[in-house]
Amino acid sequence: MNDLLVANSVSKNFGKFKALNQVSIAVPKGSIFGLLGPNGAGKTTLIRIINQITMPDQGTVHLDGHPLKPEHIRDIGYLPEERGLYKSMKVGEQCLYLAQLKGLSKSEAKTRLKYWFDKLEIGDWWNKKIQELSKGQAQKIQFIVTVLHQPKLLIFDEPFSGFDPINANLIKDEILQLRDEGATVIFSTHRMESVEELCDHIALIHKSNKVLDGKLNDIKRQYKTNTFEVGLESLNKDQVFSEIQDKFEVLPATFKNLNDDIKLNIKLGEHASPNDLLSFLTSKAEVHHFMEVIPSASDIFIQTVKNN
Amino acid sequence: MNHLPLIIKREYLTKVKNKSFIVMTFLSPLIMIALVAVVAYLSQLNNDKERTISILDETGYLNDVFQNTEHTTYTNLSGLSLKDAIALVKEKEDYGLLHISNVDSLELISNNVKFFSEESPSLSVISGLEQRIEKRLREMKLQKDGVSMTQIEASKTNIDIAQESFEGEKSSKIDNIVKLAFGGAAGYLLFMFIIIYGNMIMRSVIEEKTSRIIEVIISSVKPIQLMMGKIIGTSLAGITQFAIWVILGGVLLVVVSSIFGIDLTQVQTPQQEMMNQAMQADGAQAMAENLIVAIGNLPMANLIVAFMFFFIGGYLLYSSLYAAIGAAVDNETDTQQFMLPILMPLILAVYVGVFTVIEDPHGTVSTVFSFIPLTSPVVMLMRIPFGVPLWQQGLSLLLLIGTFIFAVWFAAKIYRVGILMYGKKPTYKELFKWLKY
Repeated sequence: MNDLLVANSVSKNFGKFKALNQVSIAVPKGSIFGLLGPNGAGKTTLIRIINQITMPDQGTVHLDGHPLKPEHIRDIGYLPEERGLYKSMKVGEQCLYLAQLKGLSKSEAKTRLKYWFDKLEIGDWWNKKIQELSKGQAQKIQFIVTVLHQPKLLIFDEPFSGFDPINANLIKDEILQLRDEGATVIFSTHRMESVEELCDHIALIHKSNKVLDGKLNDIKRQYKTNTFEVGLESLNKDQVFSEIQDKFEVLPATFKNLNDDIKLNIKLGEHASPNDLLSFLTSKAEVHHFMEVIPSASDIFIQTVKNN
Repeated sequence: MNHLPLIIKREYLTKVKNKSFIVMTFLSPLIMIALVAVVAYLSQLNNDKERTISILDETGYLNDVFQNTEHTTYTNLSGLSLKDAIALVKEKEDYGLLHISNVDSLELISNNVKFFSEESPSLSVISGLEQRIEKRLREMKLQKDGVSMTQIEASKTNIDIAQESFEGEKSSKIDNIVKLAFGGAAGYLLFMFIIIYGNMIMRSVIEEKTSRIIEVIISSVKPIQLMMGKIIGTSLAGITQFAIWVILGGVLLVVVSSIFGIDLTQVQTPQQEMMNQAMQADGAQAMAENLIVAIGNLPMANLIVAFMFFFIGGYLLYSSLYAAIGAAVDNETDTQQFMLPILMPLILAVYVGVFTVIEDPHGTVSTVFSFIPLTSPVVMLMRIPFGVPLWQQGLSLLLLIGTFIFAVWFAAKIYRVGILMYGKKPTYKELFKWLKY
């Protein structure tokens, strides 16, 4: 089995509203899986079904080859988007309580908490109440509580909200480290740059349906249009420009460059080779910039959502 | 995985360690005792007040009726005119003037008695005067018809009807009063317990929603476990608080009454008045004996067992509904519209208990209400001291348990959906829809 989590045609209705319609995803072991979609698409419902908070109307979910059972709660760590802690409880007590709910023994939980508190340098918070902490500080506690029981599957819903860039980086590094240690991560966010940075796989849910999924690179390959961004320098700009325009489909491009170049996006036909383009260009002008345009996760997101 | 003990422990400790809970636990009995002491002191003050009442009896029949008592002095103003008497009373600042105008026959006297005073006189003073005059007039009328004073004295009788059931169980008025006291106390205790700690459960559910910890928690435990843990934990905290109140209250009561020498029993409550009447009929010593007999007559074993079952059943039923309300709303102000349907049967139960059970513990109304699950715990607890057939208790308990299971199912459904719903306040229609999610 290479997939840790497999959801098979999962549907869920709330009254007449269809929150999920036959959604299937497969999350490979050891990957960071981006679960994307506009607001209200059904991501949270799917995540809640994986966490056994809500039950699906149809379809099955398998974790590590077994249908989801209450015992699997120990194998999952979930950081919900709507998150908080008991305000008037002390940090240490609270962490111990939540860890014990996940099945850790009290002494085990203490040892692990000490490790994490030292690692994130927050040892002196143990006896503070949550209401004395800032939002970002409380988020750190929340992160620790989520990963403390070393689950096989981690689900983060907007994990970086409320963090300053330094702490966001810290958490990002922790997530990557957890992945390297063997955990599988489902990552739901609207921040596309972090998807770009972290995710190996993505699935896009839109209006209760899964509209896209696969390896991020495969998807990008699918979405690329064989377009190249070029920067040329020539004494005879107008002539070069018109010659290129006769031969290729051309769009203006913007990028930063030192010289006042001709900046173009050149779209090649489906089977045309970039080498042919390059040799044509070198024969006409000096090439300073030549790059394939690869669609960003954000472009793919917007394009897919608009088309559906 | 069974996390119930863990949740109960947390709920209990958070409640008990809460500052306002601690303050309330230790302050409430103090406030209560202080209140009782003040009331007792004030009513004593009132009783101790000395009054002077002037009497102007133009007929001369009633002069010797008014003998001075500890708190009241009577002055005889015979011979003065009414005008002068009023002026004199005003000047002396007496409590008032009782005037009996001169009429020919005994029959007319009753219509010609007047009381003059600066302010309207107290009811007890007037009725005291009336009683004295009535007694004297009756005696005089009888004497006029040729009945001697000795005969009148001899005709006085005192009846205390001895009660006995067909099975030969003896009882008396005092029995009934003791039964009422026990039943009333049990019912009222349950009522108070539900209101105070039901609300506490509701608030703690709302707290979990507003602090948004709920989703974190229920990714680890089943909502129904969380709900039951909350209910049980809060109840244990409630029992702790109640126990402290009872102990502290008892100790304080003894201390305060011995220090200040205030006889707290003098605070007149309707129950005590009934006791007093019973006492007058029986005489103090017989009364004490009867009281012991009466308490002995109570079906104690039945009472204790039934109290436990109905108390727990009733409390759990209501608290699961409170938990459901807490789950359905976002903040406390939104709870009003859902509170009413819960409070209505509860208040109804207390009213039925107080008015109907006292009148007729085995009448149709009391019996029916002691079967309806939402009112049965309170009403049945009030009825049981009067002896309720076991099959009735059993049936009522069965209905209660059935409803409790249904209520927990219902509450768990609402709870499961509600705790993850934020924003708009749900309508009843939406709540109904949640049941099907």
